[in-house]
Amino acid sequence: MFRFLHACNGIKYYLFLSFIFWTGILMPQLAVAQTDSLKANILKEVEIRHQRKLLQNISPTPLQILSGTALRKLNALSVADAIRYFSGVQLKDYGGIGGLKTINVRSMGSNHTAVFYDGIQLGNAQNGQVDLGKYSLDNLEEISLYSGQKSDLLMPAKAFASASSLYLKTQSPVFDIGQRRSLKLSLKGGSFGLFDPSVVFHQRLTDRLSLSLNAELIQANGKYKYRYTNSVYDTTVVRHNGDILAKRFEAALFGNTADSSKWQLRIYNYDSERGLPGAIVANKFDFSQRQWDDNFFVQSSYQSKTDQRFQFLANAKYAYDFIRYLDPERVSLFGALDNRYAQQEIYLSLANQYQILKFWDISLSTDYSYQQLDANLENFAYPKRQTALIALASKFNWQRLSIQGNVLATLVNDQVKTNSSAGDKTEYTPTIMASWQPFKNNDFRLRAFYKSIFRMPTFNDLYYTLIGNSNLSPEYTKQYDLGFTYSKFFKAVKLTQISIQTDIYYNTVRDKIIAIPTLSPFRWSMVNLGKVEIKGLETNIQCNWNFNSFNLNTKFNYTYEKAIDITQNSAVFGQQIPYIPLNSGALMLGLDYKNISFNYSYIYTGERYSQKANIPVNYVEPWYTHDLAVRFAFGYAKVNYSIAAEVNNVFNQYYDVVLNYPMPGRNFRITLITKFK
Amino acid sequence: MKKSLSIKVLTALCLATILWSCRKDKGVTPEEQTQLPGQGSTAVNGLYVLNEGNWGSNKASIDYYDYATGVYRKNIYGQANPSATLGLGDVGNDIKIYGSKLYIIVNGSGKLEILDVKTAKKLAQVDISNCRYLTFYKNKAYVTAYEGFVAVVDTATYKLDAKITVGREPEEMAVVGDRLYVANSGGYTSSNYERTLSVVDLATSKEIKRIDVAINLHRVKADQYGDLYVTSRGNYGDVKSNLYVIDTKTEAVKRKFDIEASNFAIDKDFAYIISTAWSNATMSNVISYSKINVKDETIIPGGFISDGTDKEIVMPYGIAVDPISSEVYITDAKDYVTPGTLYSIDKNGKKKFSVSTGDIPAHLVFYTK
Repeated sequence: MFRFLHACNGIKYYLFLSFIFWTGILMPQLAVAQTDSLKANILKEVEIRHQRKLLQNISPTPLQILSGTALRKLNALSVADAIRYFSGVQLKDYGGIGGLKTINVRSMGSNHTAVFYDGIQLGNAQNGQVDLGKYSLDNLEEISLYSGQKSDLLMPAKAFASASSLYLKTQSPVFDIGQRRSLKLSLKGGSFGLFDPSVVFHQRLTDRLSLSLNAELIQANGKYKYRYTNSVYDTTVVRHNGDILAKRFEAALFGNTADSSKWQLRIYNYDSERGLPGAIVANKFDFSQRQWDDNFFVQSSYQSKTDQRFQFLANAKYAYDFIRYLDPERVSLFGALDNRYAQQEIYLSLANQYQILKFWDISLSTDYSYQQLDANLENFAYPKRQTALIALASKFNWQRLSIQGNVLATLVNDQVKTNSSAGDKTEYTPTIMASWQPFKNNDFRLRAFYKSIFRMPTFNDLYYTLIGNSNLSPEYTKQYDLGFTYSKFFKAVKLTQISIQTDIYYNTVRDKIIAIPTLSPFRWSMVNLGKVEIKGLETNIQCNWNFNSFNLNTKFNYTYEKAIDITQNSAVFGQQIPYIPLNSGALMLGLDYKNISFNYSYIYTGERYSQKANIPVNYVEPWYTHDLAVRFAFGYAKVNYSIAAEVNNVFNQYYDVVLNYPMPGRNFRITLITKFK
Repeated sequence: MKKSLSIKVLTALCLATILWSCRKDKGVTPEEQTQLPGQGSTAVNGLYVLNEGNWGSNKASIDYYDYATGVYRKNIYGQANPSATLGLGDVGNDIKIYGSKLYIIVNGSGKLEILDVKTAKKLAQVDISNCRYLTFYKNKAYVTAYEGFVAVVDTATYKLDAKITVGREPEEMAVVGDRLYVANSGGYTSSNYERTLSVVDLATSKEIKRIDVAINLHRVKADQYGDLYVTSRGNYGDVKSNLYVIDTKTEAVKRKFDIEASNFAIDKDFAYIISTAWSNATMSNVISYSKINVKDETIIPGGFISDGTDKEIVMPYGIAVDPISSEVYITDAKDYVTPGTLYSIDKNGKKKFSVSTGDIPAHLVFYTK
């Protein structure tokens, strides 16, 4: 039954070995490493930083970025922790280090956000979700979230193909003059029995080629106290079966050619075993379900020389994802429930951009992907999906006005071994966006976008044994956004910079894919039923202050969202959809003094309802956490040290993000980092 | 300068208020009352409704319809038992009255709750993991558990006396004479469902034989003529659900009705049946209501709803018949994640009233004098 698994492992090990082999061949060239491109590198970095500042203000679609030092200073272990600081985002968090964490942007549902790792999408045809708790911040340089889509032209067609996009960018090796390698050792430890060592090694192989190796182990017993009370009973219990052991390994080669084209080859593997602590209900506090994951991919990209009239970007990827779910409490004639799923994806993309006139660019991106899912379930469909995406885009870019539009064609073909397949689907969806600077002064800009897109039903939606429904149509979203950005730098005042982004938006989701009961609670079916209307406002205000030797950075964001069920004839017509608070926000203060930095953050999520009916029994209390961190950095000889201590949820507030999945109370973390040059 | 400072202070104060403001204490969710028509003088005090609550939601709840006053009290458990940690629990699966006590099976919470029937105050709890249904015989409560046994609980001491091994994933039970008939489902192995009723001798607490009926058995109810009405769930695919009659004298299948039956109730000479069939063609449920005369085992045409109320009911789920007035109560579980509805249907098949319940109203029991 599991022949396919062995085959996949074979491919994986072959790829690993060949990577090591090629690295070995290239290693001897270390000796001839040269250093003259360094200055250029530094300059480029500075340039990029400066551009980035502007990028958020000139982007016609709302863009939020956490990068560099700001990202490292966060009280965050994984990408999931970091995105809590974005506006317009609800993180669905099942609690603990190993608990599933998915992102829901502007209430359209977690399947509508695409997650990109170094520009290439992390696909999941099985359930359409990416567990952001699996992505460590250890080697990430930048996290950016685009509502709508990124406003570039030279990008894969997949980047045009979702309602919002989260980009994770890994650290590229950067070397000082005369430097050939760098080594960073980190150790994190603290509450939940966390033991998290990691190593990042960068080596310049030749003038045009460098290598990055990164390995991390995350181990935790996942135990923490939680408390439930109705002011009569008051129960404090320790969360069990939340242990995790995860190993991540990444290796990447970064190259540039004589004509300054860039390429990258990355190999990634994450495997883990974890307990699945279930829903806490009366009389049930212990669980025995377990999950094993193995996520592997190898991906490569090549981007032709920039500042030419014609440019292209090629991407390729192979991914293998394995999940095993074991439920010892559900015993059939064949023993405990033990489900295994193996998913494979092959992905190819070519994007071309051509500058017709100085202010006019066009692009054509074509992507092809092949996905298949195998499982050890009875009567399983063994679905295979081929997707072709073609995006034709055009951008007019003048000094004070930019207008961009694109049409995306999506062609999907599904095939199954048993039962009926969803067959072929073809969709055409447009996006249009604009950014306008109304005044001579470039501090203030207006922006707007409209995007129509959909998500394909996942393999689970279509083919899950007994539940799946192959007649499903896609789930469509429409987004309208209008906003402004304001950004100003000041000289010789305490306030050195202020930046404001505010948007109002109106979204609709139709043909929402939901499960409805059929014969009995044992038998549900997926259908396209349900319509949601979302009206929202989000604002981000960021300030930098300078008081003598103190540097203070303040960030504030606020989101208002009215997301209501407008399904015809629904008993809950007009009521707020589950788990979307009307009000949410965050506040961050970062204070730097010499080599000490202090960070405070506050996150607020307002009252919500756990089910569709907005009635008292479904009421979920608001929650808000205060997190503190202190960091101290110093250098000695050629070694840099830093030590950080964090206290999260300082006031020990007990809360659920998802009903009956308790979150940890006050918890601690210490991080030690040593960098060798 | 002064002005800007005061603005700053004010802003800081506002912020501080927002940041540190206390959460409103959730406390005990109080019951909700709805005035319905009363039922006049009758031997029935009222009707308990057990709402299952969706799996993992910990939202099992009980409602009580008081016959004399006509007051429908929704969600009474929390107020009656504020000190019960996390309330009634997860997935209320069965409710019965024996003597002066109300017994509730809470499947996800793995417990049998024993309450005072008058006050709904908790008296005791017996832990039985993955417990399903409940019946009584001579001061013992019999509880099926998916681990393949029937637990025997003493109703005076609340102690688990014995475990009687039966088939895989047993469901409902019925007592006829001194024998207990247990529907075995085998639901965890869809390629090899169970297809028998276990027969337990209540004197010795031993399974003595099995009666072959059909795959994936679910419900068993006895009529007053010594017959058992048994439903098979089928395989949710090509094998449809069905209703069988077993003669307890011969302990063999006597009749197969060839109607899809998801739930039913028997009152005197009549069985009232809810049929829910999933149609792949229309992607919707096909629902029908039928009535059977259990004396001569014939289907009575026209069902038992005559005024079109059946069109209102989205997902009929629980059913019970008042033993005195023979009026029918049907619960509508709707989409399983929103509050359901209880319908009262009179003897002429006309709706008397409907009222909003908890999530997945499912199991009903009459509290008689």
